[in-house]
Amino acid sequence: MNEARKEIIQVLVVLTGIIFAVKLFFVQVVDNKYAQLADSNALLREVEYPVRGLIYDRHGDLIVHNSPEYDLYVVVKDTRPFDSARFCDIFDITPAQLRQAFRELKARKEYKPFKPTLFLKQLSNYDFAKIQDRLDELPGFFIQARTTRSYNTPSLANALGYVSEISKEQLDRDSLKLYRQGDYIGQSGIEQFYEAQLRGTRGVRFKLRNAKGIVQGAFNNGKFDTLSRPGLDLTTGIDLKLQQYTELLMKGKAGSAVAIEPATGEILALVSGPSYDPGLLTGKAFSSNFKLVSADTNKPLFNRALMAQYRPGSIFKIAQAMTALQEGVITPDTRVRCDRSIIACHGSHTNEDLRGAISNSCNPYFHQVFRRMIQKGKTNDPFTDSHLGLEEWNKHIWSFGFGKKLGVDLPNEKEGLIPTPRYYDRAYRSAAWKFSNIYSLAIGEGENLVVPLQMANFAATIANRGFYYTPHIVKAIGKDGKSLPQYQQRHYTTIDSAFFNVAVDAMQEVVESGTASYRAKLQDIVVCGKTGTVQNEPPLKDHAVFICFAPRDNPKIAIAVYVEDAGFGGRAAASIASLMVEKYLLGETKRPFIEQYVLAGKFE
Amino acid sequence: MRRDEVSGLDWVTILIYLAMVVLGWFNIYAVVYDEAAGRDIWDLSLNSGRQLVFIGASFVIIMVIVIMDLRFYEAFAYVGYGLIVLLLLLVPVIGKEVGGNKAWLGIGSFGVQPSEFAKFITALAVAKYIATVGFKMDNLRNQAVLFLIIGVPMALTLLQKDTGTALVFTSLILVFYREGMSPFLIIVGASAAAIFVLTLLVPNEIYLYAGIGVIWALIILLGKKKVGRIVLVTVGAIMISGVIASVDYVITDVLKPHQQNRIKALINPDADPLGYGWNVTQSKIAIGSGGFWGKGFLEGTQTKFDFVPEQSTDFIFCTIGEEHGWVGTLLVVSLFVALLLRIVYLAERQKNRFTRAYAYGVLAIFFFHFAINIGMTIGLFPVIGIPLPFFSYGGSSLWGFTVLLFILLKLDSHRGEVLQRI
Repeated sequence: MNEARKEIIQVLVVLTGIIFAVKLFFVQVVDNKYAQLADSNALLREVEYPVRGLIYDRHGDLIVHNSPEYDLYVVVKDTRPFDSARFCDIFDITPAQLRQAFRELKARKEYKPFKPTLFLKQLSNYDFAKIQDRLDELPGFFIQARTTRSYNTPSLANALGYVSEISKEQLDRDSLKLYRQGDYIGQSGIEQFYEAQLRGTRGVRFKLRNAKGIVQGAFNNGKFDTLSRPGLDLTTGIDLKLQQYTELLMKGKAGSAVAIEPATGEILALVSGPSYDPGLLTGKAFSSNFKLVSADTNKPLFNRALMAQYRPGSIFKIAQAMTALQEGVITPDTRVRCDRSIIACHGSHTNEDLRGAISNSCNPYFHQVFRRMIQKGKTNDPFTDSHLGLEEWNKHIWSFGFGKKLGVDLPNEKEGLIPTPRYYDRAYRSAAWKFSNIYSLAIGEGENLVVPLQMANFAATIANRGFYYTPHIVKAIGKDGKSLPQYQQRHYTTIDSAFFNVAVDAMQEVVESGTASYRAKLQDIVVCGKTGTVQNEPPLKDHAVFICFAPRDNPKIAIAVYVEDAGFGGRAAASIASLMVEKYLLGETKRPFIEQYVLAGKFE
Repeated sequence: MRRDEVSGLDWVTILIYLAMVVLGWFNIYAVVYDEAAGRDIWDLSLNSGRQLVFIGASFVIIMVIVIMDLRFYEAFAYVGYGLIVLLLLLVPVIGKEVGGNKAWLGIGSFGVQPSEFAKFITALAVAKYIATVGFKMDNLRNQAVLFLIIGVPMALTLLQKDTGTALVFTSLILVFYREGMSPFLIIVGASAAAIFVLTLLVPNEIYLYAGIGVIWALIILLGKKKVGRIVLVTVGAIMISGVIASVDYVITDVLKPHQQNRIKALINPDADPLGYGWNVTQSKIAIGSGGFWGKGFLEGTQTKFDFVPEQSTDFIFCTIGEEHGWVGTLLVVSLFVALLLRIVYLAERQKNRFTRAYAYGVLAIFFFHFAINIGMTIGLFPVIGIPLPFFSYGGSSLWGFTVLLFILLKLDSHRGEVLQRI
């Protein structure tokens, strides 16, 4: 009987061995959960934040740079109970802020007790020095260095945009997992548009740590570590002096001033008024300042240069003239009687040719011109005829960059509006509309909407005698780099180049003897311009608009200025634009009285 | 030492022993290895260096065991038993406390654990008693004495709060079984333990009671309907229900909080991986991260960086699992299975009852350590602090196991001689 017991014992031993071998096989070979857990145990991912690219103006003057900033992170698992009063003392916060920080910590999407999580943001440089010595008292807390944006000038806020912590929605949309909670991302302006170029690449160092979280050295001798690569620097086409001067001129006014180098499409100045100091939206005070800036009823965050859709007014007459010449419905010598019975006019002219009509901004002339384009008499039905005429007219107008997004390297650009036949079909709920319903378009009123950037681009197109480069802020990405490829190709209008000479002559006359002759005329530079006075709701004054380029031959700068509620375009807008021309081409104004007139801002 | 005394030793066992001791030594070095410190395996300030000293001392001990007269061991059994009981009584008075257990006697800078030596002495005493002329296993008085022999050192180690070592003595019941004791007691004990664990695993005890009711009804309905049988089955069912009812009481009122946690961790280590499940979780992570081939000697991160507690001693198996993978753990498990089967073989070739009983005592003790230690590191048993023989760091345990094994080899080498009763 007892012999059998020997076998039972042998079976027991072997069975135990087999059970262990099988269980071990499952734990070690089949289930790789443990290997991952081991990595999260012992591997510490130390992130090295890259330096964000710098932003320069066209002469190499630094506009945006970085300054160091320190965030406090915590690994909750590694913390020990601490004296909260002392904690508040070290970090210079109130007990309420500490409680708030803990609440926010737990609410974070990726919060895990064993992962480093952002605890306090943006300790200032001074704080950091103080804290560094005393951090030993607080196991589980550590400081992560990174950089924040700093601005050398209070200018250019709307073009630059700002950088702030990535939002929950942005994190969710980040399918490539490039960002993590607490990371910074460009939120508007070129900071947003060139985010991919500016952000650089994060570096990661894998370190081994023991159960107390103390680092024991590099993992695999740093084989998997990557260095952080700084973002690319951007050189803008902005002329910082011109930008600052224009902002000074636009101070206290609502509107926009945009200057473009016609030969390249580079934006020399992009001003939206009212604006804000970009230095407000950075660093520790970001959230409180952002509340103030975004709640401001003047809407300083609203970039009027590309988001404000205005009726263009009389500057649009140039486009009408070019289109009519191309369509062959007029010649430069075509004269139209200034019949003010349908549409009002100004000045004492009576029977002008095209040049005179532009220079005096004759409304009846362009009413007649527009009629000839829209009602060509191709059919007997005036409705169908207008339909066809408007379609042809659309094509030409679009080729100037109106009615569509130009594609500037800034987010949130608006397309404006150039009404199409379909637009009126919908507006009138039928095809029952004809020229007499839409004639306001003739003089840039009616449904036409144009953003200031398109006006400046229009001025550049005339300066180039028929083509434009898409306006863009950034002229070079990285060291010795180029602009993006879409900014290196010409866009031709549908108008023959020769017709533009008529416009150029007329615009020269506008400045020399026409509607802008007093305030836009310069002694040594031939300026070509066109005024516009856009109707406003009384008792508000009309909007003032002026486009120009200079010098007449081989133009260096094309400008559009739009000042809301400033009355006649020949006053506010023409003054500002001509001062910008002087500033850019001569470095200073020789007409202090005009500068005074603009700064005073009364425009009587 | 005569030549034939050495050559008579069982070399298969010795080879397994040497393999285990050497592997164990390397593993202890792997635990304490610190690249930055640059200290080598021989450094006496490291556990690995000290373990080498202990191994060297083991060889001296082996020589002494082999030289010693054969009859000494049987003669020494009761005397030694008396001495060790005395020492165990003294430990709570003059001992020093290490890791919550007051089980150490300090001798200079070294400490020894009398309980490690109590294991082989108790095995000798049990063997000697079984070998007594006129001993009958089914004699109740004889059984009572046997349980007394293992019960006294068990009680004394329990007093030192060393639950692990105390439980080791119960393994000697295997010897009783092999020598003819009815398996009834073992079956009852094992069933009680199984029901105990089952109660912990099943969320509501109602299911268990219901299950017992169903089984009880089935046995009565399907079997012969004799009064005696019905009474027996009913009594059995009531007793099992009693065990279930007592589980809650034992868990909450008898066991200490850390012991309750160890049992809870066994059932669901993920419930609180940073709290009471820490040991088991970290141990499984370390072993599991080794994969098939392991991370390589000295490449382990989990054991080296202190994620696993008690990694030199009770959790040494984790280092093997992490650095040498399934291949390594399979080797170690195989070595133990080979050693145990070899001991069974040795036991069964004995002609005298003392040696055979002692051999089964050796088997029982090794088997218990092997099963419980590895079982706990992979989450099959609750955490019970007992070492893995020949692998865990420590002089007392190494020497204790060495003496245990080599007394058997010494006795075995003289199996051909007719023992004269003293």
